[in-house]
Amino acid sequence: MSRLDNAFQNRPIFMPYYPVGYPDLETSIDVLEALAKNGADLIEVGLSFSDPLADGPIIQKATQIALEQGVTTKQVIAAVAELRKRGVEIPLVLMGYYNPMLAYGLENFIREAADAGADGFIIPDLPPEESAEFAHALSGTTLPQITMLAPTTPGARMESIARHAQGFIYLVSVTGVTGARTGVAEGLAELVARVREHTSVPVCVGFGIGSPEQAKTVGALADGVIVGSACVREIGQSAKPVETAKEFAGRFRAALK
Amino acid sequence: MPTLLPPKFGPYGGQFVPETLMPALIELEAAFVSAQNDPEFQRTFDKLMASFVGRPTPLTYAKRLSEQLGGAQIYLKREDLAHTGAHKINNALGQALLVKRMGKHRIVAETGAGQHGVASATAAALLGLECVVYMGTVDIARQEPNVFRMKLLGATVRPVTSGTQTLKDAINEAIRDWVTNVRDTHYLLGSALGPHPYPTMVRTFQSVIGREAREQMLAEVGRLPDTVIACVGGGSNAIGVFSGFVDDAEVELIGVEAGGSGIASGKHAARFGDPSKARVGVIHGTRTYVLQTEDGQIAETHSVSAGLDYAAVGPEHAQLRDMERAFYTSATDREALAGFQTLCRTEGIIPALESSHAVAEALKRAPGMRKDQVILVNLSGRGDKDLNTVIKELGQL
Repeated sequence: MSRLDNAFQNRPIFMPYYPVGYPDLETSIDVLEALAKNGADLIEVGLSFSDPLADGPIIQKATQIALEQGVTTKQVIAAVAELRKRGVEIPLVLMGYYNPMLAYGLENFIREAADAGADGFIIPDLPPEESAEFAHALSGTTLPQITMLAPTTPGARMESIARHAQGFIYLVSVTGVTGARTGVAEGLAELVARVREHTSVPVCVGFGIGSPEQAKTVGALADGVIVGSACVREIGQSAKPVETAKEFAGRFRAALK
Repeated sequence: MPTLLPPKFGPYGGQFVPETLMPALIELEAAFVSAQNDPEFQRTFDKLMASFVGRPTPLTYAKRLSEQLGGAQIYLKREDLAHTGAHKINNALGQALLVKRMGKHRIVAETGAGQHGVASATAAALLGLECVVYMGTVDIARQEPNVFRMKLLGATVRPVTSGTQTLKDAINEAIRDWVTNVRDTHYLLGSALGPHPYPTMVRTFQSVIGREAREQMLAEVGRLPDTVIACVGGGSNAIGVFSGFVDDAEVELIGVEAGGSGIASGKHAARFGDPSKARVGVIHGTRTYVLQTEDGQIAETHSVSAGLDYAAVGPEHAQLRDMERAFYTSATDREALAGFQTLCRTEGIIPALESSHAVAEALKRAPGMRKDQVILVNLSGRGDKDLNTVIKELGQL
């Protein structure tokens, strides 16, 4: 059983996002390790991009700082390898925009990421219409490109996209950019139910979830809860980022029990 | 899912956007195609072009400039005389009519030089739409008169402080607004950029420039030009004028990018001019030539003209260049400023700094051409908005 499939044995799962290089390379790897060993079931490891058009201000700022620190794609891949060396066994999915991957060379990027121990890819600016090239580069590996669905995705489109989903589905809960919001998106239960009509892979919900209480509500509907901006903000503001990461992961893990 | 129109220009173009926006692009394409097939929409558009924009814009023979250069005869397509002072209004009105057709009531737009922001604010005022314009704080400082214009026209101008605080960041913010409010908001993109159907749609609305220019050349000069020159930021004025001549194989098409402080300085926006920094990549929903770092981060650009200060070029230009149907060169800030001054003094026309790049190329080429040859320069906008920048660059005259 793949690491990804294994992660979904006990649902709902807690899936934080954190970018490599924020506030610096060493700290970010320690933070990722702390998240992994204290309650995260799967981590979105962030690959920074200068123009993150699907992200809100918190992730924009963090990834900007990571880039100012000089973080490179190679270092992000190496960070995954380092986490494996430190005994991290949960799935690590690389999350980033398409251009840095293209610039690296898709074949090399995917092969090196797989060798380092990555388990898949989330690429917010690569919809199904444009994913043939990436899918081709993935052939020969077992790593999936994670399918994203949105509240605006119409039924027929959802059906045709969800049918091909592998690993899990990343369901964007609200129209908008990343960033914590108050409450839980209206109609989320119906949205999750609509997605489930078309697929048997786990459905994880992201965008807008910032508190353990929200996570609990979403966790009752979905197979996984994705927490990005809140994770980045709390850990980034902390004087002891690694301690905060442990505590943060523990708090969300407990809420999802 | 197949699109109604070809989404690519050879290997360029496409739809590299978050899933949330895909349905909006599909809806937009359908609305555009149905409008193109609707004679009533065409009549409304044509009528506004005539009665509101003041089209056709004239073709002006630059007599003194041509004599001074001693070579080819230079003609100017006067988009600076279109209402709001630039070609941007053609596309802004076309898209705003589509917005009405789609039943949306709010538009967001990005602007660099402010010309597209003014055009969008104008179209919104005319058609009763709510308008929010995103503009980098660096550009706000250098294009202040246009900021005031947009506000007078009822638009909200939102300063963008992220990234390089120029056009690219304004596009990021406009897209973020769009993705948040997509159900009632249309993104009125101002150049032949972005995801399909924008490059095709913007070219279609701007093709009025080329259609008019070709007719005017034949009627008033009795022949087609040997060379057509236009500046290229995203490339909407260029693709508009080129589209009128692209099937005339004997007409040479020249696009002029921003050479900034010179290619060697690294401070420029010459996507086709600097192979060390420009590679094919994906930015703002489209695959095209992009100035970027080795690691795929979008590079900072520089140009004295805000409208050309952008890291990527419209995908159709990338294809025209591959096909060798159009050729691309650059003019430096200094050359553009010289072109600006020359046109002011020889022809009594104050051109936009963007358009001055095209003028600069004409100054280089004309002397080497025969007197019976003809250059057509697309004068995409007027320069009133640039006076602050020019005073700063040239000092008090």
